[in-house]
This record gives sequence, structure tokens and C-alpha cells, in this order.
Amino acid sequence: MKAIITVIGKDTIGILAKVSETCAKYDVNIIEVTQSVLQDMFAMIMLVDIEKSIVGFDKLKENLNEVGDKTGTKIHIMHEDIFNSMHKI
Amino acid sequence: MLETKDILETINMIDNENLDVRTITMGISLLDCIDEDIDRACAKVYDKICRSAKDLVKTGEDIEKEYGIPIINKRISVTPIGMVAAPCQSKKVVKFAYALDKAAKQLGVNFVGGYSALVQKGFSSGDYALIESIPEALAETDFVCSSVNIGSTKAGLNMDAVKMMGKIIKQTAEATSDKNCIGAAKLVVFCNAPEDNPFMAGAFHGVGEADTVINVGVSGPGVVRAALAKDGAGKDITEIADMVKKTAFKITRMGQLVAKEASKRLCVPFGIVDLSLAPTPAVGDSVAHILEEMGLEACGCHGTTAALALLNDAVKKGGVMASSHVGGLSGAFIPVSEDAGMISAAENGYLDITKLESMTAVCSVGLDMIVVPGDITADVISAIIADEAAIGMVNSKTTAVRLIPAIGKKAGDELNFGGLLGRGPVMRVRKGSPEAFISRGGRIPAPLQALKN
Repeated sequence: MKAIITVIGKDTIGILAKVSETCAKYDVNIIEVTQSVLQDMFAMIMLVDIEKSIVGFDKLKENLNEVGDKTGTKIHIMHEDIFNSMHKI
Repeated sequence: MLETKDILETINMIDNENLDVRTITMGISLLDCIDEDIDRACAKVYDKICRSAKDLVKTGEDIEKEYGIPIINKRISVTPIGMVAAPCQSKKVVKFAYALDKAAKQLGVNFVGGYSALVQKGFSSGDYALIESIPEALAETDFVCSSVNIGSTKAGLNMDAVKMMGKIIKQTAEATSDKNCIGAAKLVVFCNAPEDNPFMAGAFHGVGEADTVINVGVSGPGVVRAALAKDGAGKDITEIADMVKKTAFKITRMGQLVAKEASKRLCVPFGIVDLSLAPTPAVGDSVAHILEEMGLEACGCHGTTAALALLNDAVKKGGVMASSHVGGLSGAFIPVSEDAGMISAAENGYLDITKLESMTAVCSVGLDMIVVPGDITADVISAIIADEAAIGMVNSKTTAVRLIPAIGKKAGDELNFGGLLGRGPVMRVRKGSPEAFISRGGRIPAPLQALKN
């Protein structure tokens, strides 16, 4: 299953590193990353494969939320299909 | 890869604009639970509901977590109990309400609907006893919802049932007067009731439905309002309708996804998606505010009916392509006490019951969650039901009445339910007595519109 991780917040050093570190720790493979910084607002979107993740979706979400708290950003992880169904016909 | 702006749009809809799936409702047929012995029938009803829906709440929660989309309610609708109770020799029909309530508590669902009777053309053996038991059933249970269909385009209006329901609504409010008359908020009187409606209090599982089925009700007035607020300035009304359609499409696609996923995980057939804009008292989740965003000073001023007609139609047009099966009520809801914009419009004198009645001619339901003075007579309630049902009958659409007589309160006071049911100012009703008209009984014949064959 593929999921989308979004990170939104104020730009600080090492956000990408910290999120990637969490992914690596649980065997979550990062497939694609895009990021943009608009007037100090950081928005990063990652497409990840969680098929081989060694923890469940809940635990992964919890850990990413912790990273969000530490970096002052808001992190969501959601099933890819929600975006596909909403924005693609 | 998906576009960044699309992903951020979805996240923003959920985080800031109250986008949610309002309900996953499992419809369960109880026809195989029918038994002459009422206690045995109730035991079968309880067992079947608990067996069929044992994973409903957990599945809803799992989908909510994985997809990141809030699913507010998990509910159950059942075959109208009036039918299930028909062969029972005991007339203590209320026992079914206790069985439904016990099952709801066991499963952890928010509501169970179907303490209902379909009497549009006449009463069959279980119906009369069921309707008589509604005040007790709704006062003594927590999660049971009740509805009575008193008319249809095909059958006309059963004025004996209309007369009876005026009394029943009043008695239901009186029986729960110590709990803000909450019983009446769990009781709907319909004309042209849909058999696959996932929304409460009017949900029941029609006899033409499969044994079990998953129906999903989407919501999202906040998303529509935000879209109009963001890009609506300077646009003409055709462009506004297009914006509503596009937003409704996105909302419904999400509902369709959740419905299909829930159906797959529960191994229960997918029934319909109900494309409704269902408001909540939360700030930014109001249908009235959409109408105001279109350019009305307040919901209820002249122009409101036209704006609502546009909204209701555009929601359907946008949603219908997004889902493989559309059903239920599908349209814009206008429950006064559940909509922050309607509450404030009513409090400030913009919105009254007469304007609401004309709005119901173009929206998907009817006079919904309207608080009326406690001294209202049963005849006046019946007459309000008759007016509203006539609109539904003639226009081949669903109309409903959910009035809450606020016992001990008068026009201008307030009744506060809290939670999703919100709060409402007590609204004035029109002068004059319809008593002689209502006491005639009989049936209003089906209109010419019924003769389509």
C-alpha cells in the first residue's frame, strides 16, 4: 500500500532528514519527494510505500506526529487513494 | 505523482473546512426475525443485528485512521419494526425498541433507525400499535430513532395518520420534557420516505433492499462555503453553480471511496452514497452560510429559496458522476438547530417557519429540527405535517417534519440540546385553528402526477 506523507509548517533545518529517518527506521520506502518553501512556509509531500513497514499504520502515524511536534510542523500520513479518488477521474 | 496543490487542498478541507463522512450506515433486514412470540422475535432481532454489524464500528475507525478522513457516525438501519411486529400476538411493541437499543449499546453505534411504520395508504396490523408506542420507546431508549411515512405521490396522504402523528409528536416531547424534549428530535414524519437513507432520524431499511447493505452519507457544507469565499468574488451565478458542482464532485468521490472500502472489508454489498450537505452547529459547517456567501445578507431574506434551489441542484449534478449509485435524500439539509447560520438567522428575525416551508419545496428534506412553543396543539402540528407532506406529494420529492415542541417554553425562548443536535430558538407558528380540517380524517387522493403509467 502506498501512502502520502505531508509536512506543513515553518521552514527549519533538518525537517526532511527527520521525516526520512523515521521512514527508514520502520522500513518505509520513500518513492518520491517534492517540497516547496513559500514565504517561510514549508510544504513537503512524500509518496511512500508502506508495504514492508515493520510497524502498523497507527504506530507510524504516531511516530510521524512526534516528529511534527518536535519540528513545529503538522504531519499527515494518509492512504494514497483518498487523493487519487478526489482529484483524478 | 499527484499535484501538490491537490494534496494540500484535500488536507485543508479536512483540517480547516470540516470535511467528513457523516455516516456509515449498515442496513439490516429483520424480515427473517419475524415470530409470533414477541420475546422470541426481539431475541432474534438483537442477535441478527449484533451478528451482522459486529465489525461495523471497528471497520469505520480503521478506515478513518488509514485514509485520514473523519467518519463521524456509525449507524444501523433496520426493516420498519411495524412490519416485524405485525404477527406478534402481544401488542407490547415497545419491547422491540429495547432490543434495538440494547444492540446499539452492545455494538457502540451512534444510532439505530427503523422504529418505523409505513402507513401512507393505511395501517396494517403492527403499525397502529407501533405508532402508539413511539413516545414511550423514544423516552425509554437512548439510541433508537423513529419515523413514520404518512404519504407518497403514489398513495396520497393518509390524514388519519397525520392526525395521529400530531398527538404522538406532542406526547413524545412531553415524555422527555426533563431532557430538553429530546424524544421529538428522534422522530421524523415523512412523505415519500426513501428506503435507503443513511441519515437519522429517518433511516430505515426498505423491504426491497438486500439482506444487509452499506450506505454512506457524505457531508461538507464548510468546503462548499470555503470554495465560494475563496474564488466566488465577482463571479456570475452560472459560475457559482459550477464551483458548487466541482466541490460536490470531490466530496462525493471521497464518500464513494469510503463506501466501497467499508463494503469490501465488511463483506456487505455497497448500497448508495447519499450526496447531502449536512450541517453541524460547528463554526464553518453551515448550509445557511453558503447561501449568505452567494450574496444574501442573511439566510431567510428574499432570494433564499432561489439560492437554495441552485445549491441543491448543483450538489446533485456534481455528486452524481462521482458515485456509482446515488440514493437516500441527496441534497442540501436545512435543520435549523443544527446549523449555526440558521440559528443566528432565526434569532435575528430573518428566518421564520413560513420561509422555511417554502425552502423545503426546493431542498432535499423538510421542516427539520424546528423548535416550536410547548403549548402548540396537536392539530396545529398535524396541519404543519399535512402542508409539508402536500409539498412532497405534489412535487414527487421527499419531505419530512421533525418538530420539537419545547414543553414549558414560548416563542423567543431557546432550547439547547448540545452536541450535533445543537440549539434552537422557539419559533412562532401561524395563527388560526385547523382543528376541523384535521379531525375529518380520511385520505387526500394521490395527485395526477402519480398516474404516470
